[in-house]
Amino acid sequence: MTYNFTVSPDFNPDYLPGWFIFNTWLQKAIDEPIHLDLYNDFESQRKAISEERFDLVYANPYDATVLVREKGFVPVVCPMGAADEAIVAVHRDSPAKQVEDLNTDMRIVTTDDPDVKMMCMIMLEPADITRESAKISYRDTYVLVAKELIRGEADIGFFLEETYEDLSNVIRQELRPLVHSQIQLIHHVLLVGPRLAHKKEIIQQSLARMHAEEKGKGVVENLGFDAWKAVEQEETEFMIDLMDTLMAN
Amino acid sequence: MKDMTPDDIAGEYREATLQYHDGSKRLVYVTEVETPIPDGRLIVSRTDPQGIITHVNTSFVEMSGYREEDLIGVPHFILRHPDMPAAAFKDLWETVKKGKKWHGYVKNLRRDGGFYWVYATVIPNIRQGKLIGYTSVRRKPSRSRIKEAEALYATLQ
Ligand SMILES: Cc1cc2nc3c(=O)[nH]c(=O)nc-3n(C[C@H](O)[C@H](O)[C@H](O)COP(=O)(O)O)c2cc1C
Repeated sequence: MTYNFTVSPDFNPDYLPGWFIFNTWLQKAIDEPIHLDLYNDFESQRKAISEERFDLVYANPYDATVLVREKGFVPVVCPMGAADEAIVAVHRDSPAKQVEDLNTDMRIVTTDDPDVKMMCMIMLEPADITRESAKISYRDTYVLVAKELIRGEADIGFFLEETYEDLSNVIRQELRPLVHSQIQLIHHVLLVGPRLAHKKEIIQQSLARMHAEEKGKGVVENLGFDAWKAVEQEETEFMIDLMDTLMAN
Repeated sequence: MKDMTPDDIAGEYREATLQYHDGSKRLVYVTEVETPIPDGRLIVSRTDPQGIITHVNTSFVEMSGYREEDLIGVPHFILRHPDMPAAAFKDLWETVKKGKKWHGYVKNLRRDGGFYWVYATVIPNIRQGKLIGYTSVRRKPSRSRIKEAEALYATLQ
């Protein structure tokens, strides 16, 4: 049986080859055939996930809630020391110095990344900005979000912190972060589904030590972080509880 | 719960005696000094099913003014402010005991007598069908929401 693997579409495109190399490494490590299927957008990936096409998902916290609570997935590893944080940015010359300076009817530009959108909307609450009051438009990538802000076609842009840091200097010089989240408890997580659950231990052990191995080290670094860390079920349940409090309004 | 001591209080204060649901009492000193939650932070705590604190995050510790050791193992009412009506917490407990989420605006008391407003969500933590505790996440509310809550709570006192 070939297992199916997918990765949350919010990774930096520079790491795309890295995910394929990682998949090759993983197949060798656990001696099972795995097919990696990547998506450009959250919508089509979520549809495939709901059709139960996948056995291994590197999930953003938002999708992790559904996979763990409704689809019987279990957590395996997460990136060491890397939490998902978001940035609300404005044009360099924006008069706003803090969130409370923003008007309720501002034009927001964002990707369809559900975590980032959720975190950023929460950060705008002190200014009474809501989904209803703001005009929200969507772009496919963070670079396009940045460009729209620079052109003055939007007042506020939402970014995943690490992708903001990865924007080119030329672009970043035109922008200013207004607020960045310091949540620390929310992160991506690699999950295994019911069909592959019998391999959870071996996947977890292999990944948790791969950074200490000569070949594995480069492979994990090509995903944009230093190492994988084993995650306990309760750690993920707690993160999902947090997500639950944040998703409800 | 130990009474507050004037030595810990920053600035002018008034005195109040709180009576908690378990019948215990605490003397508190309250100032008009507000500490807003810094932007971008979430204040997180967890309790056991009885409302005894089991976990707090760094933002919780910083905002409350207590040390982490002083918070773990004590009832969550350590943060109760005398301006909060009992009805709000009654509603909180009735809601979460039914297994539902609760939301509300809460004025919390700091160790130094000052206060901070939060928009709080409390949810039951269910594992394999069993309640193991509650989690609360709090965030910064807008000025207009705080004003509304102040007006409402004044009528409920
Ligand atoms: C998870 C959780 C978080 C709570 N957070 C607060 C809080 O931040 N401030 C507060 O005054 N009460 C909080 N409460 C409610 C207290 O348990 C308590 O009901 C309240 O302080 C009033 O005290 P009393 O019910 O003993 O009269 C929380 C309860 C739970 C279950």
